[in-house]
Amino acid sequence: MTVNAATAGAGSSKAFKAPKAAKASRAPKPFKASKAQGLGLWALHSFMGLYALVVSYPLFLMVITAFKTTREIFFAPFALPSKWSLANFAVVWQRAEFPVYMKNSLLVTGTSVTLIACIASLAAYALARYRFRGNAALYVYFLAGLMVPIRLGVLPLFLLMRDLGLLDTHYSLVLTYVASGMPMSVFILTGFFRALPQELEFAARIDGCTEFQVFYRVMLPLVRPALATVMLINFVPLWNDFFFPLIFLRSDSLKTIPLGMTVFFGQYETDWGVVFAGMLLASVPLLVLYLLMSQQFIKGLTAGAVKG
Amino acid sequence: MLQRLFRRRTQWLFLAPALIVYTVFMVYPLLSSFGYSFFEWDGYIRKGFAGLANYQKVLFERPYSERLVGALKHNVVFFTLTFTIQTTLGLFLAVMLNRGGRFLRACQVAYFAPYTLSLVVVGFLWLLLLNPTWGQVNKILAAAGLGRFARPWLGDMATALPAIILVNAWRWLGFPITVYLAGLKGIPEELHEAARVDGATPWQVFRNVTLPLLAPTIGMVSVLTFIYDFNAFELIFVMQGSNGSPFYATDVLGTFFYRTAFGDSTTGGEVGQVGLGSAIAVLMFLLVCAASVIGVSLMWRQEVEM
Repeated sequence: MTVNAATAGAGSSKAFKAPKAAKASRAPKPFKASKAQGLGLWALHSFMGLYALVVSYPLFLMVITAFKTTREIFFAPFALPSKWSLANFAVVWQRAEFPVYMKNSLLVTGTSVTLIACIASLAAYALARYRFRGNAALYVYFLAGLMVPIRLGVLPLFLLMRDLGLLDTHYSLVLTYVASGMPMSVFILTGFFRALPQELEFAARIDGCTEFQVFYRVMLPLVRPALATVMLINFVPLWNDFFFPLIFLRSDSLKTIPLGMTVFFGQYETDWGVVFAGMLLASVPLLVLYLLMSQQFIKGLTAGAVKG
Repeated sequence: MLQRLFRRRTQWLFLAPALIVYTVFMVYPLLSSFGYSFFEWDGYIRKGFAGLANYQKVLFERPYSERLVGALKHNVVFFTLTFTIQTTLGLFLAVMLNRGGRFLRACQVAYFAPYTLSLVVVGFLWLLLLNPTWGQVNKILAAAGLGRFARPWLGDMATALPAIILVNAWRWLGFPITVYLAGLKGIPEELHEAARVDGATPWQVFRNVTLPLLAPTIGMVSVLTFIYDFNAFELIFVMQGSNGSPFYATDVLGTFFYRTAFGDSTTGGEVGQVGLGSAIAVLMFLLVCAASVIGVSLMWRQEVEM
């Protein structure tokens, strides 16, 4: 620590506290910045920027191609569209079953994510705030599912859904999704519920709250950020899921967007502009959400992987 | 009295919905794969006990054994290449991003963006970009004077699997970068300062300070990547079909399992073989379990340290 004070000089005291503060302490070091370092920084930034361009380029192509006519796609594949035409989108929206797929995706994903948030927060609350025999074992039981992909059990799941008469319904998807969302959601929420001070609970009980009211009125509002994280990390993979709709659904009118895309791709294989418009429409909800709140997205989606 | 009894049971009321759904629709199916694999099946109807016959068939009888070994190999290549890319390029990008600043944050947003796309969209997008006659990849090569390198990437036995892996890496890389970055932010800056004051070169600081402290995070991400890559399915199904064309060059355990369990649409709607499918699922389950035991123990250690 003395070392740090000697080198960073002013502002170093902040460096002890947190990484965030440490970043601030890095700023007052210009006395070291030589010409070579400036050049290095420039090289670094251009490399990072170049890589960002390479990564974004396919996305950019997807966007511009969606506005082009087939003729333009063949003869000027890299140029911007001469006229930003919405004709391709009109075809997607009117002639294909696209609005139906979109509605199905919203319905299935929305229901699943809401149910996950409700059910997982109830369970996590019990695991975090009640002492009872078997608590630790149950926590491990939930955690055990954390790293085993549910799709490895798809055959028994398929037969189970058949026996329950749920094949080719949205229920089969919702039930599967809710079950597969439990381990991560319970894990994250339990961590947050454990961190809440016990006094709040006591105070609420003294005020005459029932057990459920303590949970719903007092404790749940305090873990709202965690709840948002849980909903986000479940929303993305469920919205994009292709595997379970492929196995469970037959009727075209029930298909979600990823599965509907394959139907749609088969129909319009030669009509590139339309296919790109479809892909763009399918990706836009998440992409826009991501661009609007990228920091929350990045934090949320990596939360489970680093620390609950 | 009644209320006290109720209060003592409350936790079970709270736990019941999660416990029931999780047990019935996740734990039970995963475990009963084991049971299913020991039975003979006629279509989706269970017949007599078969002992290890399904395993014997999958492991030692052609064409199953051949496909299993081929698929396993491709999964190993898939993981090895992805792992190499993310622990070199990915780690480098993460360390550079850690310098902060608005420009680099914008770069990070770009790196992570493809991760929000559905694998189906990613598959179709690259199917069009890699199209041998009019795809933009070959056109870019031609425009750069590298026209002789242009080839039918997805139709060539030699390039099909690497092409798929790179497409997957394009979408995936933002995830390891972001997790590494979160890990790097957790390393106290004074440790780096101290090493620098002691005269360490930037490489030495990275090698002897950053890398050891980041090791649990790298391990964690690698385990997640392993599990993810050994369950790869969508991208190959969308781009190369359920039997991993050309001639099984991109066949992986996921597609092999799908074909066996639910029928091969390419050979005319053959019925799925539940016994064989379950045996494959169990083998995959064991592979993944081995990895996740390592993963959970890493996570445990990390949590204790924090």
